[in-house]
Amino acid sequence: MAEVLLDVRDLRVHFPTDDGLVRAVDGVSFTLERGRTLGIVGESGSGKSVTSLGIMGLHQGTRAQISGHIKLDGEELVGAPAARVRELRGSKMSMIFQDPLSSLHPYYTVGAQIAEAYLVHNKVSRQVARKHAVDMLGRVGIPTPATRVDDYPHQFSGGMRQRAMIAMALSCDPELLIADEPTTALDVTVQAQILDLIWDLQREYQSAVIIITHDLGVVAELSDDILVMYAGRMAEYGSAEDIFDSPGHPYTWGLLGSMPRLDEARLDRLIPIKGTPPSLINVPSGCPFHPRCQYAAETGGLSQTEVPEMRPVAPGHLVACHLTNDQRRAARSSAAHLEDA
Amino acid sequence: MSGALLEVTGLTKHFPVTRGIIIRQKVGAVQAVDDVSFSVDPGQTLGVVGESGCGKTTTGRLLTRLLEPTGGQIVFDGHDISHLSAGQMRPLRRDIQMIFQDPYSSLNPRHTVGSIVGAPLRLQKVSTPNGIKAAVQELLELVGLSPEHYNRYPHEFSGGQRQRIGIARTLALRPKLIVADEPVSALDVSIQAQIVNLLEDLQGELGLTYVVIAHDLSVVRHIADLVAVMYLGKIVELAPRDELYARPRHPYTVALMSAVPVPAPVRGEEGRQRRERIRLAGDVPSPLNPPPACRFHTRCWKAQEICRTTEPPLADLDPGHQVACHFPENSAPDDRAPGDGAAEASPATAANSADPE
Repeated sequence: MAEVLLDVRDLRVHFPTDDGLVRAVDGVSFTLERGRTLGIVGESGSGKSVTSLGIMGLHQGTRAQISGHIKLDGEELVGAPAARVRELRGSKMSMIFQDPLSSLHPYYTVGAQIAEAYLVHNKVSRQVARKHAVDMLGRVGIPTPATRVDDYPHQFSGGMRQRAMIAMALSCDPELLIADEPTTALDVTVQAQILDLIWDLQREYQSAVIIITHDLGVVAELSDDILVMYAGRMAEYGSAEDIFDSPGHPYTWGLLGSMPRLDEARLDRLIPIKGTPPSLINVPSGCPFHPRCQYAAETGGLSQTEVPEMRPVAPGHLVACHLTNDQRRAARSSAAHLEDA
Repeated sequence: MSGALLEVTGLTKHFPVTRGIIIRQKVGAVQAVDDVSFSVDPGQTLGVVGESGCGKTTTGRLLTRLLEPTGGQIVFDGHDISHLSAGQMRPLRRDIQMIFQDPYSSLNPRHTVGSIVGAPLRLQKVSTPNGIKAAVQELLELVGLSPEHYNRYPHEFSGGQRQRIGIARTLALRPKLIVADEPVSALDVSIQAQIVNLLEDLQGELGLTYVVIAHDLSVVRHIADLVAVMYLGKIVELAPRDELYARPRHPYTVALMSAVPVPAPVRGEEGRQRRERIRLAGDVPSPLNPPPACRFHTRCWKAQEICRTTEPPLADLDPGHQVACHFPENSAPDDRAPGDGAAEASPATAANSADPE
């Protein structure tokens, strides 16, 4: 087993607002080893982005109330001095944001922005930093990097901007890379290029990667392990095989069932999850998914009253659900039967 | 086809690009839609897919006559609507309605749901036997909302519910044709399925004809009967759904399909190899200055000299399956296009050896 790089224990991020306390993230725990990729999947408002911003220390100075533990290479980040987190951010951990157009500064050249990250964390001259920026652009597959380094973001296409963002994130050789919806703003053919690039670069740098997305196809493409989040809580955690081959949480079943898929026969009807995601101010009691869950009745009222713990259903495969293993198996086989019919 | 509800021939839209403030000079044109032809029968769904900038949204806006075409003809239900004035269009607006992409910006935040959904009825002065309120409440029920929502404001609803409000407004005038521009792309997956099912139910109940514009191939496969694939303002392939997805013929369609990530785990290095797919190099060229002849030749692994000089016509390769390509994919051995032998190289290997950009 490789060495654990990131250890998140019982992370909670709450925002006090005039309407009440928003429990954006409520008790998330996971570990990530070097060279591994964790995919965090969930719908909007499930807390996946707030988790990643929490790890990066980007909630500090906002009104967020953060508790729990985030240990990066053994160093506690929750409550660490802002200056220390700032030192780590960009060098030991870095992030690729969703929308490359709004994350790049329109007034500075792409090269200057990549060099800046390098200059902040390394004692080098501007020339060396610029040279490094050219190298990085070449690494991420920008043609003629020596001339493109002086271009402004608007001169880059969407895919190239995302490549530039990746170059910036990797410029200090981070040990932890967080990609928050890295391909959502891109077309499918460009998305495929960027996913390949992240895959190749991870092999090269051996960094740990967290990829956050709502697209199950994208996580399947890159992830070793997958964390499914719902309403700020963990719903299911397991290897990619566990999640796709034997998903254990009714929410995961719902997600997989509601996606139209190109790789399988066309269904006459999609099977949506009924209802809408809950408000994070007023999270349903017990299992947050129970108002939308068709199996909630089978737990004898437990779903309504008691928050389910993450329990193992198989080694390394954790599910936060009150269904017993037998009930789960029965529900799955009847669902499979329905799909066949 | 004579029974078609919508017949489009040679539809073209160029947006002029001008320079200068006092003396405006036309310096070029964005060829957003160029010579597009198709027809949709009543009760059918046409899906239009393509990447950003391929002209699919412009096509939708031309069909609803929110834009005036530069050339070509749109015949709706026997009327040529290509160059009608706003006043002449008004009576026809009842029959052609649109569903917009973003449920957040397409509803006026200061109006109640009742006033939003009832607006088309008031504007078109439709007589409603039990009053507009009753008609609106009926519509709300039709799209799966509660009639009590009548007096609420859009901000009180979630994205999926807002999209339902937009659909209710679209249905108010009982249109024959609905143009839906990315109706589900702003929604979460679990909600997406609800809206897709709703659109299908409504089509069955009300006998609607849809033109669904989307970038998501799997959504289009689910909802459309007939699919048009667009690239840089042109239709490159047009075929019945099952035919297109089972046997895509245009290299661009093949590449587009293989680029869609599949929600099944990649198992180790072998899995990666197995899932090796056609990677298109680079980005879509600018529609301001599209490549000559076949517009896809700059990214195509099969491109040869003829692709750079002669534009392939959109021709029937099989009955009902139109493709604009000199070297179509998935040819049966006997109907192989001349010169195909030279382009035998397996698409995957050819594309892999190409530079990423």
